[in-house]
Amino acid sequence: MSDRPTPNHRARWSVLLRHGPSLALLFIIALFALLDWQFGSGRFFSSRNAGVIVNSAALVAVPALGMTMIIIAGGIDLSAGTALTLCGTVMAIAFRDYTIPADQAGAATWIALALALGLGVGILCGLINGLIISLSEMVPFIVTLGTMTIFLGVGQVLAEESTVYPQNTHLPDWLRYLCYTGSNTDYYWFSFLPIPSSALIAIVLGIAVALLMHFTVFGRNIVAIGSNPLTARLCGIRVGLTTTWVYALAGVFVGLGALLYFANVKNGNPSDGTGKELEIIAAVVLGGGSLSGGRGSILGTIVGALIIKTISSGCTMLSIPNTYTHIIIGVIIIIAVLIDGLRNGKPKWLFARLASG
Amino acid sequence: MNALLEVSRISKRFGPTIALDNVSMTAQAGRVLALIGENGAGKSTLLKTLSGAHRPDHGTMSIDGQSYRPAGPIDARSRGVAIVYQELTLAPDLSIEDNIMLGRSGTVAGTLLRSRQRQRVQKAMDQVGLSSISPKARTGDQSVATQQLIEVARALVSDAKIILFDEPTSSLPAADVDRLFQIVDTLRSRGLAIIYISHFLEEVRRIADDYAVLRDGHSVGAGQLSQISDDQIISLMVGRDVDDLFPAVPHEIGSARLDIDRLTAAPVPHNVSLSLRRGEIFGVAGLVGAGRTELLRCLFAMQPTRSGTVRLDGRPLPQRINARRRAGLGLLSEDRKTEGLAQNLSITENLSMGNHQRYSTLGCLNLNARSEDAKRWIEKVEIKAQHPNQCVAELSGGNQQKVALARLLAQDAEIYLLDEPTKGIDVGTKAEIYRIMGQLAAQGKTVVFVSSYLPELLAVCDRVGVMSRGRMTEVRVTKDWNEEELMLAALAATEDE
Repeated sequence: MSDRPTPNHRARWSVLLRHGPSLALLFIIALFALLDWQFGSGRFFSSRNAGVIVNSAALVAVPALGMTMIIIAGGIDLSAGTALTLCGTVMAIAFRDYTIPADQAGAATWIALALALGLGVGILCGLINGLIISLSEMVPFIVTLGTMTIFLGVGQVLAEESTVYPQNTHLPDWLRYLCYTGSNTDYYWFSFLPIPSSALIAIVLGIAVALLMHFTVFGRNIVAIGSNPLTARLCGIRVGLTTTWVYALAGVFVGLGALLYFANVKNGNPSDGTGKELEIIAAVVLGGGSLSGGRGSILGTIVGALIIKTISSGCTMLSIPNTYTHIIIGVIIIIAVLIDGLRNGKPKWLFARLASG
Repeated sequence: MNALLEVSRISKRFGPTIALDNVSMTAQAGRVLALIGENGAGKSTLLKTLSGAHRPDHGTMSIDGQSYRPAGPIDARSRGVAIVYQELTLAPDLSIEDNIMLGRSGTVAGTLLRSRQRQRVQKAMDQVGLSSISPKARTGDQSVATQQLIEVARALVSDAKIILFDEPTSSLPAADVDRLFQIVDTLRSRGLAIIYISHFLEEVRRIADDYAVLRDGHSVGAGQLSQISDDQIISLMVGRDVDDLFPAVPHEIGSARLDIDRLTAAPVPHNVSLSLRRGEIFGVAGLVGAGRTELLRCLFAMQPTRSGTVRLDGRPLPQRINARRRAGLGLLSEDRKTEGLAQNLSITENLSMGNHQRYSTLGCLNLNARSEDAKRWIEKVEIKAQHPNQCVAELSGGNQQKVALARLLAQDAEIYLLDEPTKGIDVGTKAEIYRIMGQLAAQGKTVVFVSSYLPELLAVCDRVGVMSRGRMTEVRVTKDWNEEELMLAALAATEDE
């Protein structure tokens, strides 16, 4: 009868809700496996398709790790998508114009420089966002909305408004097969473990960020700032400095994401990034991140990326047109956030019903 | 006597917590009933039950002999029960008129009937003494006191017979409290029944006729105020004798520590010079807006200073919060809801915020040490919580304040800047906070204690300074002050200018 959920109700739900994203993923996999077995080609539940899903999820998950930190700190980064393709474009240009064929002596230095350049652009993009946000105290949404367009424009200028194709011979083998999902086990890092290298990278990075968030002062300060920046300031946490670091660090993940993306498509097209930021943010939100700050989960974000990619893959297998896939993912995001609200006793009307019923 | 409102044996539980247990109460027309009890005693739940926000599990309520079972706040209002909350619930960007009529505007097909509405608004505003202010003025531009009165006017337009006040004076300076009391007097003489929650006993004495005391969800006493002493009320509230509301801890005042020289900021404080000593509790009195909070915030570098210097042990302090914190200054914010604590984080998380160096090496945390430390503080300042990972928002006001205070103690500061540390908390917790302040002084720390509650300043402090219009107008040893003189000093300088 009360307008607040009683502790009993919460306790009953919270166990399920804590693992909500993972349970949802299992449910979605089971659902598509069943549908595909009945109506589709039966290829959904195959190791090859699993590799494809995991690889494409890794491409979203790596930049989403940085986004998770930003969202926990109470911010948002709309420029992540175009920053990512800007990095990719810079790498592509560097490989096209400044490296020598990968099998020649001394190529390694140039390759390292090209990759470092791409990564550096990512950090720079993040640093620009962070500095503008903390120095001007403008809303992150507006700042990154601006830089989103700026990064897109810069990319287009650099790429001379076209797609940059580096010579295939300039790319080292390890880079070309970073996102390999085929059946030749020689192209995987561990031939006994045919998991795409991109996914292994995402897992290692995910563990690193989770450790950073839980076991370091920096991580706890991020949570503090996201929960209440005024309290953080009162406690002597340097809010502006920490915020700048968070965006710069997220820039590292944008750069690494760009590296994976470049390895996947092997070209640089600055316009590809438009809309990617929303997929990245969706992964964080599906994983339980709260856009009001202070809450988010690394495991959740990775699961969120898997959910999105499982759905698109499943829809493809069932020959559902791409347009409908968008609708389905949109609906799932809204339902996920609604269900996640149960943890905080929202919506109230539902709990009012439960209590009186 | 005619009982207007009768509450009979109502109970309300939230899960395992019993908030109200067989509570009975009567309120009479033309009388003010003071509802007294410590935080967590069930006063707010009772008030919310009366105003329709909660529905009781058992028991009955009646108004004028007719059964009263409000389905919700709107239903309660239509039965003549209105509530004025402790925290203002006005929309700052709307006009006064719109705020008063919010939710009860007379409309025809969604269109406001402005002229008819204005008459009702004007009448209500006259009744609360706001006739000099235009109903079209923006609400956010009014003082806190005026906004409080707007809330009362809002209750009046709905033709309320019973008005519930939830600690209305906790955010008001003394002069405005008088004004509010006059209004309450008028309402009483017009035959309304008033139920008034307050933590201040002397306030209750001034305004109320009857009392009802709640403790742990039970009614433990009720009657006429003229027939009970303060000590008896307090022992009803806490369930034990509080011999000493203001426990004194002997402490010795030593040499000068913090030297403030002509500190000026825009708009306040102005030209404040002070020398604070080791082992001293220094009280700061003054009206709201006199610059007391701003003085503390300037000392903690949360607010830029225009000129003047602050020296600790002779060394000038740098202009950065964390540098001042490291130098040994600590601030307890006046606003624990929006600034003092991160409400959606756990007690442990709040306690450790900014204190991480205590259990980390090279930026890496030792989580065990952290939770052990949190448990220690929870025991030490007696925070009543289910477990250290409980969310701070779920704690009562007094326990929240203890969390904020414990964090400051964990910081192990030398100079404690306490801004209204006892605001909105119960008598028992207040006494504990006074004791902690005394213990700090006994350890040779310096405490600056800003408060609007004069009796506590006079009881706890070694010296008290009065601020007015940004200036520290007068500083005296506490025994040379009394309440009237303090009030006069706070008001006098205002009139000079």
